[in-house]
This record gives sequence, C-alpha cells and structure tokens, in this order.
Amino acid sequence: MSQEVAVAPSADPAAPLLARAQAALEDRKLETVKAWKAQNPGALAIGHMPIYTPRPLIEAVGALPVAMFGGGDQVDIIRGDSYFQSYICHIPRSTIELALGGDLEPLDGVIFPAICDVIRNLSGMWKLLFPNKWSAYLDVPQNFDRALGGKFYGIELARLAKELHERGATKLTDEGLARAIADENERRQAIADLDALRRKEPWRVRASEAYLMVRAGAAVAAKEHTELLRAFLAVAGERKTRAYDNVRVVMVGSFCEQPPIDLLRALEKAGCDIVWDDAQLGMRTIEGPIEIAPGRSPLDALVDAYLDKGCATASRYIANGVKGQALIDRVKATDAEGVIFSAASFCDPALLDQPMLEAALNEAGIPHTSFKFAENTAQFQVIREQAGAFSDSVRLFGGGA
Amino acid sequence: MSENVEKDRSQLRQKQMIGGHFERLARAKEDGKKVVYTFVPGNLTELLGAFDILPVLPEINALQSGMRKKSGGYIATAEKAGHSEDVCTYVKCDVGQLKNGNFGPTGTKLPEPDLLLLSYTGCFTFMKWFEILKQEYKCPVVMLQVPYQSEGEITPEMRRYVADQIRDVVVPALEQTTGKKLDMERLREQLRWSARAEDDLVAVWEAAKRRPSPIDGYFGGVYYVGPIFSSFRGTEEAALYYKELREEVEQRIATGQAAMTPDGPQPREKYRLVVEGPPNWTSFNDFWRMFSREGATVVASTYTRVGGLYDQGFRHDPDHPYETMADYALGCYTNLNLPSRVALLEKYIKEYEADGFFINSVKSCNSFSVGQLLMLRELEKRTGVPGGFIESDLVDPRYFGKANIENRVQSYLQMLDARMHRPLVPGEGHPVALPVVEGGTR
Ligand code: SF4
Ligand code: SF4
Repeated sequence: MSQEVAVAPSADPAAPLLARAQAALEDRKLETVKAWKAQNPGALAIGHMPIYTPRPLIEAVGALPVAMFGGGDQVDIIRGDSYFQSYICHIPRSTIELALGGDLEPLDGVIFPAICDVIRNLSGMWKLLFPNKWSAYLDVPQNFDRALGGKFYGIELARLAKELHERGATKLTDEGLARAIADENERRQAIADLDALRRKEPWRVRASEAYLMVRAGAAVAAKEHTELLRAFLAVAGERKTRAYDNVRVVMVGSFCEQPPIDLLRALEKAGCDIVWDDAQLGMRTIEGPIEIAPGRSPLDALVDAYLDKGCATASRYIANGVKGQALIDRVKATDAEGVIFSAASFCDPALLDQPMLEAALNEAGIPHTSFKFAENTAQFQVIREQAGAFSDSVRLFGGGA
Repeated sequence: MSENVEKDRSQLRQKQMIGGHFERLARAKEDGKKVVYTFVPGNLTELLGAFDILPVLPEINALQSGMRKKSGGYIATAEKAGHSEDVCTYVKCDVGQLKNGNFGPTGTKLPEPDLLLLSYTGCFTFMKWFEILKQEYKCPVVMLQVPYQSEGEITPEMRRYVADQIRDVVVPALEQTTGKKLDMERLREQLRWSARAEDDLVAVWEAAKRRPSPIDGYFGGVYYVGPIFSSFRGTEEAALYYKELREEVEQRIATGQAAMTPDGPQPREKYRLVVEGPPNWTSFNDFWRMFSREGATVVASTYTRVGGLYDQGFRHDPDHPYETMADYALGCYTNLNLPSRVALLEKYIKEYEADGFFINSVKSCNSFSVGQLLMLRELEKRTGVPGGFIESDLVDPRYFGKANIENRVQSYLQMLDARMHRPLVPGEGHPVALPVVEGGTR
C-alpha cells in the first residue's frame, strides 16, 4: 500500500515559507508586482509566458520579470471562452480572462517566447486587444550553430533590450547583464540544491512543496528568490518526517500550462515521489550556470547557454540526438523507477512528443503511465487511482502499468 | 469536381502531372532518384528540382487520403499506436498511411525518404511531425528554421538567417544526399519558371474581382494551387499549366460565365464570400455544395495563400536565389502574425467586394485556428460585413457533422440575405454559429 507522508504544519519550520510561496501562487492580482513598482518608481514589470525567457536580460535593464502561468484553478472563465474554440488548451483562455479583467494591469509588457502555435498566435491577439501595451514574440533558435541560430538569437535578445529601453527601461550594459547573470546563477544553484535534496530525500521535500518554492520566484527578482530558497533549504533538513516506501517517478509534459497543485498532491497521496518534473521548466531550462566564456560578452553568454545547455523538451528540436534519450538519462540520474506523462489537454507539443518518448522508454524497459489535465481540473479521483495502480504495479513487479 | 461535369484542359493536364509524379516516385529507387519529404508552406521546391530530387509532401498525401475516405482508418491506426486524439490529424493520417504500407494517392507505393527536409514555416507541428518520421524511417533530417513575422514584417536579419541556413546547411545536405554539386544556373532557371507561373496564378485570383466571379477562389481554388503548392513549382510544366488555366479563366470572363461548382457553372452569383481557414477534405464536395447550391461563390481565401502570397507582390527572383527562397519561406500566410492576417482579410473583403466572410475553424490546426474568434470580431468591426463561423476538421471524419454544419451555413446565408444591403450595426451582435466540436472534451 502506498503511504501518505505529511509534515505536521505546527512542527514544521518550513511552514511559514511554504505559506508565503502558496500566497505567491494565489496572487492573481499581482499585488507583489504592484508593491515592487511602488518601491521602484518608473521601473517596468514585464510578464512572460511559460517556458524559457531570459530573465537576466529583463533584470539587467532594471525591469522585473514576471512569469505568467494563466489562471490556474482560481479563475472563472467568462470572457476567455469566447476567444478560444473548445479544442484549444486552457492557459490562453485564462490568460486572456485575467488580462480583460484588469488583473494584469501592473504589467508594462509581455513577452511570448516561441513554444507552440497557441502562444505564437496569442502574441498577435495581444497586439490586437491591447495595442497600447508593449508586447513581443521571442523567437528562439532551433538551429544550434553559433554562427546561424546563435547569431539570430543574439539579435533577438538585443532587439528586446532595445525595445524595453525605448519604453523606459535602463540601457543594457555588459556590467548590468553580468550582474544579473550572476544573480540568476545563484538562483539556479539554489534550485539545483533543492532538486538534489528532493531527489535524495523526497519525504523531506515533497514535489508539491518544491514546486511551490520554485514557483514563488515567478514575480520576484532572482536575488529575492534565492534568499527564499536558501531559507527553505536551511530548515528543510530539520523537518521531522520519515521515509516511506513510495515509488520514484519523473513527471513530464507539464512545461507550459501548469497542473493544479492539488494534482501533484494527489499523485503524492497515490504513492508517487516525483523526483523530477518539467513544471516550471522556464526556471530549469538552462542546465548549469550561464558562463561568460573568454572573449564573449554577457549577451553572448545568454546565447551560448541556450545553445549548449538548453534541456531537451518538446518545443526544442532534437537535431542529432536520439529522441527520448534525455528522458532516459533523467530517469537514471534521479534513480526513478517510472515516468508519468502529464500533459495539458490539447497541448500539441507535449502530446506529439509523447509517443516518441513512450517508444524510447519501452525500449529501455522503463514503466510509464499517462493522463491529461487542465489547469482548472478539480477532480483528481481518477488520476489518483490510476497513479496508485501504477505505483503499486511498479513496486510489486518493477514495471508495466 | 463531380464526374458529370466536363473537365477543363488545365484540369486534365493537372491530373496527368500528378499521376506522372507518383509514377516517378514509384520508380524512384530503380531509376536511382533521390526522394526528399518536405512540407508545403515555404518549401524549397526549386532547390530540390535543381538537384533532380523528387519531393513527397505528406500534407498533400493526407488531404488526398481524406478525399478518398481513407483518412478515418489511418487516423484510427495512429491513435491505436498511441498518438493522442487531441493533435493534428494530418500527422496521424500520415503515420497511419505509413503503417498501412505507405500507398500514395494514386495507389502506388511511396518510396522511403533519403532525407527529411524540415522547412519549418508557420507551424510547430511540422517539427514534431518530422521527429516522428525520423524515428520511423531512421533517415537524416535537415532543418530550416523560418522565424515568425511577429511584428508584421520580414526584417533583414530574418532574411539573412534563412538565406544563410539554406546556403550553409540545406544545400550541403542536399549535395551529400545526391552526391552532386548545386548547379546555380539550373536553380535560377527553376526560379524563373516559378515567377512565370506565379504571374498567371495572380491573374487567376484577381479575376474573382469581377462580377460574376469566373472562379471559386476557395473550393475551386484548392485545385488551382495543386501544382504550385506541390512538386511542380519551378517546372516548365507548371508554368504551362498556369498559362492554360489563365486562358480558360479569361475565356470564362469573355463569355460571362460564373464560377464552376461541383454541379457545373454557377447559374447565379448571389453572395460573394471571403473564406479563412483550410477546407474539410473528407466531405469536400458536400461542403462546397452547401455554399454553391445557395448561390455563394468564394471570391478570395487565405488557405490558397499558405503556399505563397503572390497576389501581394511576391515573386521568386532568379537574380537572388538564396534571398528569394528566404523571402518566400518567410512570407507564407500562416507565418503572418494575427494583425497582418486580419489586415489581409480586410483587404480581400474590400477589394473583392465581398458580402460576407466565413471562417472554417479546423480542430487540427492551432496554427490557423488560435485567434480566429478574435479575427471574426475585428473583421466585422472594421468592415461592417458579417462573418460566419463553423468548426470542422481537415481529415478526421468524426469532426465533420454534416447536418449541423449545413444548418449553420444555411442560417448564415439566410442572415446574409436579410442584411446584404444593411451594414452591421455595432452592438447588434454578430451571427456567430457558436463553436461546437463533436467529440471535443470541453
Ligand atoms: S499548454 Fe501546450 S499547446 Fe497550450 S500554450 Fe502551452 S505549450 Fe502551447
Ligand atoms: S497544425 Fe496545421 S499547419 Fe501544422 S501540420 Fe497540422 S494542419 Fe498543417
């Protein structure tokens, strides 16, 4: 039988930090952004849709990057549905709902990174609906040659910085960007430490908790997020809990529209220790620090990091590698016993990727199961039962859900 | 078009061309020809032609399978193999066709690709599609990334990026595949033929500005774009086809004939429409008749521009081969941002004096569909012309509810009839047939 693991909140030194992170998740009216703007008069707050957006570039021009993840399960869709047909995923409709309802008012602009045709077209809808707000589509390279895709991406990044400057951000300088990259690297290291702890002692940091702590960085500067993560890590080791006999899984497919936090909790209750997942992938896309190589500028460093250290995901073309190998490597590196495919309904990149990844896992003898969700899914009984059956079968037979 | 309608010369020529192409494909391996699979929008057909390579276009195979009522079975095969019900049915149709022996539209077996040329214009699914095919065929892939026109223009940097990739990545890959060096003169020759065909195609499109329109620019139009969208752009054959087609259209104008329909010439052009979105292929003629029998002619459409916006001035330019191929790839309709798409439709509605516009939103294609409900509102606001909206799919017969769609088309046309001479009053509401996708899960 799978066991539920919980740290009693009263005795949990991490409880106040988790509560703060939960409040950040629920801050749909962007109160923290308003507070930041009040403290930084004239500075810009720039939203960005999921997956990778080079946040240090935004910080380097004195602006606040704000990761946008739709409305989750908090928003009733009233207007959003009249802009999207039924067969389109949920995140664009809740994003439009928030924007039309004025909840995104504190943002001075939005970046739409290239991830799929939905986000791409949403960038054009934005231009039509909010012509007076700055917005930009960020095309990322799918050609990873420095002289081709790298050069193109460098021009894209410089264009973003220039446009932000034209709208009141400070001018991009090498020093400013180098500082922002250093801040970002510290944050990344803190996330890596959190991931390592969760991998080593998943009963001490549940996936849902790690998720909250990473998500808490969505609308704050890297430095502030690092402090929060470090504070959490400092007390995580003191949490009183014990190890349970759960199944270790990697979860993929949730890189854009986010699974409700209760879905993660339902998986945990079903006996799964999620030792790695791609929710919040924007914070983890670059694997390892962003390094400024000799003779390269800080802007080049952002380009190099994307070309050389970008992690495998559905929206990134796998040029010469073997499809699915990165997932198998991830399973091995995290000592996972199986994979859960958890994609948003109608998510083209995730769902087109999935059969290829499943084939690779089959070949490697790694068990897997799959389900779909929407950010506003409220019932998890079926998913919980499915995950429970999966974890039981992995535990008993070592595979084959 | 149905069998009892007399075929034009151009149509017979097209049929022969396509038949010939599939025969060449069937013999490709014994003839020592190389085969490259690639996509329609923004493709590099002239370059392939310059290498004597035979292209296979999986989208065209999928749509043909839809027309031949085979797609339903192919999609079922792909879904059984684990492909999601939520994704583009062109991909699943192709995968299903492959798993059922890979027989092409004329019944001959398609050769396996020597190379997959992933020219990545206007749609992310293309990338996933060829990742899937790469696993199936275990053959090399060469990628051409085409940036999106997010600010409504092709910048010099975008052009450079695409042209550099063609020169430094694609051409070497083709040279390696064929063992031949690129013959620049041959490429220029191909580009010259393309430009000629493009001139004539534009004349055909623009003929629809007349009353009555001598062509249907959507249902009829998809036949006209066949050669230029598929393997023939850049050939003398295609240029001859378009010359002949143009002459036929001019002949129709001279004799005052209205557009051709599945049941013969349109007796009376009652409504002039502009259409956005691809057609449904599984019930293509049924769909067409829903319009043609009510006297509606489509005078312009965006689907027929996914293989190039020639009517907006683009021509392949033999003097700048790499740059022109880059501009072509960058300029296709689905690579335009939403404001540009709205502006283009607005222009069509005005220039072609349309009485209405109609959106066929297809479940498969996020590239086309996301934002279409906003486009509908914008266009009504800007033009005062009422819009209609239905949902179907490209090749999945489960998503073409004939009775339901017919009802919606009819009520739209009735409404149009009532309003034709009265502009839409702001706030009056628009006649949107609210989206219902049968089988959808929301
Ligand atoms: S959930 Fe998937 S399809 Fe939807 S916007 Fe995100 S990546 Fe695109
Ligand atoms: S999503 Fe649309 S453009 Fe892309 S392959 Fe499918 S039908 Fe074609």
